[in-house]
Amino acid sequence: MAMADSFVKSQGSQSVPLEYTHEEDALRIFGFWIFLATDLLLFASLFATYSVLYRHVGHGPGPLQIFDITGFSAETFILLTSSFTCGLATYSMHRGQKAAMMAWMIVTILLGVSFISLELSEFASDIARGATLQTSAFLSAFFTLVGTHGAHVSFGIVWMTLILIQLAIHGLTPTTARKAFIVSLYWHFLDVVWIFIFTIVYLLGVMS
Amino acid sequence: MSTIDDGIQEHAHSYHHGGPSAGKEDHGPWKHIIGFVISLLFTALALWMVVAHIAHASMLFAVILALAIAQAFVQLFFFMHISESHAPQWPFHVWMLTLGLLFTITVIVGSIWIMSFGTESY
Repeated sequence: MAMADSFVKSQGSQSVPLEYTHEEDALRIFGFWIFLATDLLLFASLFATYSVLYRHVGHGPGPLQIFDITGFSAETFILLTSSFTCGLATYSMHRGQKAAMMAWMIVTILLGVSFISLELSEFASDIARGATLQTSAFLSAFFTLVGTHGAHVSFGIVWMTLILIQLAIHGLTPTTARKAFIVSLYWHFLDVVWIFIFTIVYLLGVMS
Repeated sequence: MSTIDDGIQEHAHSYHHGGPSAGKEDHGPWKHIIGFVISLLFTALALWMVVAHIAHASMLFAVILALAIAQAFVQLFFFMHISESHAPQWPFHVWMLTLGLLFTITVIVGSIWIMSFGTESY
């Protein structure tokens, strides 16, 4: 709230953040919240599938054999930090600091790329050890859930890069501000989903 | 569009040079830093508790799940500005998300409940 207040003051006559100045932009942000609620349902289904199937390892390796604590912890801290830097980009945007905003977005994208690289190397080492999508019900559920999240992050990286280009070309306008705000909502949402993957998939996996 | 951009730059400029509007809020992104520190602490705490096996599995899982839920709220309030009231539709996005959360819990808990009857024999 303090941030909203500071924006009101720094904007003088304008009483709302840039991304909310036009009603259509405000509506689009609202629409994106509805999308997030439905995307949550996609992950709910995958979490439900995983929760039901994670003990069904068949003849394949179980969670203890394939989960690497250092690896998934690194992925978690990288994604947490990227969510923070993404928040700093929004913070800079609310102060009209386009250069700082773009710099934080670049940091966020780079952290996202390192997260995806770590995840891909994790998947590659799993497959090298004979843990594939076809090995067991546990692994099917695991790769589908974590892979769907990874696909979301990959899409987010491409999306944020495109917004960055638009910011460079068009500057900070109500339209680009709305686009940047929406991609930041998407990015924070993926961090929330990952926290639950970290807890329910990885931590529960190495606990048993 | 350039006039709006310039306007913002101008406002930001005057703001940072301590006009009448400069005040308590110009101390940096504390809300984000606090949110980030809480996230780091909760994640490290959950990780440590699991690695150190400080409690029985079911108790431990309940605690780390509570930490995860707390972190989700940190993201929503500190980073996603869910409580901002600038859109005319406010606060319907909160209701949409609550409904999504209700469905999520129903699907997950319901699936575990139904599938826990006799699946171990398969």
